[in-house]
Amino acid sequence: MTKNIMIVGVGGQGTLLTSRILGGIMLDAGYDVKLSEVHGMAQRGGSVVTFVRYGEKVSEPIVEEGQADVLIAFEQLEALRYAHFLKKDGVLVVNEQQIEPITVVTGAAEYPEDIIKGLEQEHTVYKIDAMEEAKKLGNAKVFNIIVLGMAAKHMDFSKEAWLEVIEKTVPPKTVAINQKAFLKGYEG
Amino acid sequence: MLGNEAIARGAYEAGVKVSAAYPGTPSTEISENIAKYEEIYAEWSPNEKVATEVAIGASISGVRAMASMKHVGVNVASDPLYTISYGGVNGGLVLVAADDPGLYSSQNEQDTRCVARAAMVPVLEPSDSQEAKDFVKFAYELSEKYDTPVIVRTTTRLAHSQGTVTLEERVEPEDKPYERNPAKYVMMPANAIGRHVYVEQRLKAMAEDGNEFAINKAEYQDMSIGFITSGIPYQYVKEACPNASVLKLGMVHPLPRKLIEEFASKVDKLYIFEELEPVIEEQVKSWGIEAVGKEIFTVQGEYSANMIREKILKQEISIKNPAKVPARPPILCPGCPHRSVYSVLNKLKIHAAGDIGCYTLGAVPPLNVIDTTICMGASISTLHGMEKAKGKEYIKNWVAVIGDSTFMHTGVNSLMNMVYNQGTGTVVILDNSTTGMTGHQDHAATGKTLKGETVPAINIYHLCKAMGIEHVVEVDAFDTQKLEQIVKEEVARDAVSVIITKSPCVLLKGNVFPYKCKPVAESCKKCGACLKPGCPALTKQADGSIAIDDTMCNGCGLCEQLCKFGAIERVEA
Repeated sequence: MTKNIMIVGVGGQGTLLTSRILGGIMLDAGYDVKLSEVHGMAQRGGSVVTFVRYGEKVSEPIVEEGQADVLIAFEQLEALRYAHFLKKDGVLVVNEQQIEPITVVTGAAEYPEDIIKGLEQEHTVYKIDAMEEAKKLGNAKVFNIIVLGMAAKHMDFSKEAWLEVIEKTVPPKTVAINQKAFLKGYEG
Repeated sequence: MLGNEAIARGAYEAGVKVSAAYPGTPSTEISENIAKYEEIYAEWSPNEKVATEVAIGASISGVRAMASMKHVGVNVASDPLYTISYGGVNGGLVLVAADDPGLYSSQNEQDTRCVARAAMVPVLEPSDSQEAKDFVKFAYELSEKYDTPVIVRTTTRLAHSQGTVTLEERVEPEDKPYERNPAKYVMMPANAIGRHVYVEQRLKAMAEDGNEFAINKAEYQDMSIGFITSGIPYQYVKEACPNASVLKLGMVHPLPRKLIEEFASKVDKLYIFEELEPVIEEQVKSWGIEAVGKEIFTVQGEYSANMIREKILKQEISIKNPAKVPARPPILCPGCPHRSVYSVLNKLKIHAAGDIGCYTLGAVPPLNVIDTTICMGASISTLHGMEKAKGKEYIKNWVAVIGDSTFMHTGVNSLMNMVYNQGTGTVVILDNSTTGMTGHQDHAATGKTLKGETVPAINIYHLCKAMGIEHVVEVDAFDTQKLEQIVKEEVARDAVSVIITKSPCVLLKGNVFPYKCKPVAESCKKCGACLKPGCPALTKQADGSIAIDDTMCNGCGLCEQLCKFGAIERVEA
């Protein structure tokens, strides 16, 4: 059975690194993996989405509406934008950070209120203020790995396998802090 | 492996020795990955026409060569492409063209297969990373066997998807001996007439032999429903209808007619499932074969498995409607020098004929400076056209804006034209020392090559001077006062003028300013002047004062300059 993961956020939040870690752990576990990313123009602070699918044999590289098992959202508004991709029993893992899009900054639109409350009524939601947690760890940049750690509980890989793939994927100097961040999300 | 990485690997394994390209999403990573192989000479050329000609030269000399580009780059390269189709190859010649259904990062949604048909060049279309590598290698075999350039067509979804790939060793074929052959390589009328005959025979032979190519394969299962498809759409068919019969075409031009006729005769209901133009469909239908295609599927955007479930299987897809949420379009980064230039142009109520790059974002709120964007290099020539239509007074509140890389691409031709034909336009070259939008590639004016060597940089100032332009001025993109004064002077001038605004892209390594901007709450008059250019690091708080996000601010100081009350200070980071 193919499992469908999505990572959504704002360009520059590190979705590509997160998806590399995800792809890595799935390959190590012997699955067929397909990953689809957004490069180029859309990355400039825009809404970005990455699809990761794994299973015995994966055909299409995208996750379609209503099919995501796990939706990892690095930002609240992006969680709301893509929530309809979740399966009925899918899991949403969301970073509580809010980043105002330019449409809100210029006054053309309003940032919706109580996004997470609304989502909790329809989906299983796990939330975390990952930016705050990352700052506590001493490096705001690793917030995405904290969120990944939280999402990892809803996938079928061991803690050791995660720590190993993080070691292989991130720059050598940042292995320790990234592993710490992962465990923060994974173990709470 | 990313689709583009797999294409690069295919080139490596096929023994390619020369690669040339101009960056363009979604093709850029092909060259970036090829450059990592020591065995391959790889370059950024100023544009796709030059890149294709470099590859042609390498091919004629007897080695395998590649040119890669995005779909609109094929337009720029079409001049050499149409004619080398006649001349053919010596060493194998492959052109990779990356289409962009869904317009993730492009100005149109054109289908390269249409160009290939017109140019009478065969097209292979892989459907995953493994095939991307394998098809590139096969393309070189075809190129040499049939004496033809071959296009490998990808799409954004393939180029930027990753899948597993089995690697093989590089096999470098002996260089083909070079022999002078004007009848083949000098395309003047007498020679081209003969080659056109050959081209027609070549396509017929490939269409015939294509019936046997392993990359064109019929997968017979449930015979009540059959699909003819290729590329990424094949994956959607497998996802939605794993039991249907499928004719998967690896070569989408010329079409293997016998194979298609046989497949069509065996299945009860035939669908043709292809993104963008009905290229396969129209040909198949012209042979009297009944099939359903664009009657139910669109020519726009990307396809999906859900489209098949809905339109063919008539399944109720119980998906919830997406929530209505504010759009999050791409924006210029905090600290981007373009924002500074646009804040000045916006203040002076200047209209801009725009061009292709990050700075195209100057067209949208809150900057609202750019009025037109057509294609690479068009800013300068469209402004010139306006002047010739309406007179020089009409463009006194207009400029052309163009990036340094785009200027080197084709803008330079347009500027020559402006000089030659006595234009009086003002051209602003936004020089951020890189090709920004595609992710920081070098070009002839940066002083670095694709392989990372340091080389003399072409000096844009002197290049403009050499055209005989008297008024060329360089200014720091963040010196808004000076820039404002210069713009006022230059647009008023009855002569061509060039303003080169200089400041490297803030995302380039080592270019973050050693400062951070901080609000001084007690001085803030809540006027909102600092918010006007739309820097994402600045937000308005509930009480009307502003906050600056420390992690986002790159310390450019534009907001500090815009504040008349000293309510923002720029401090050492």
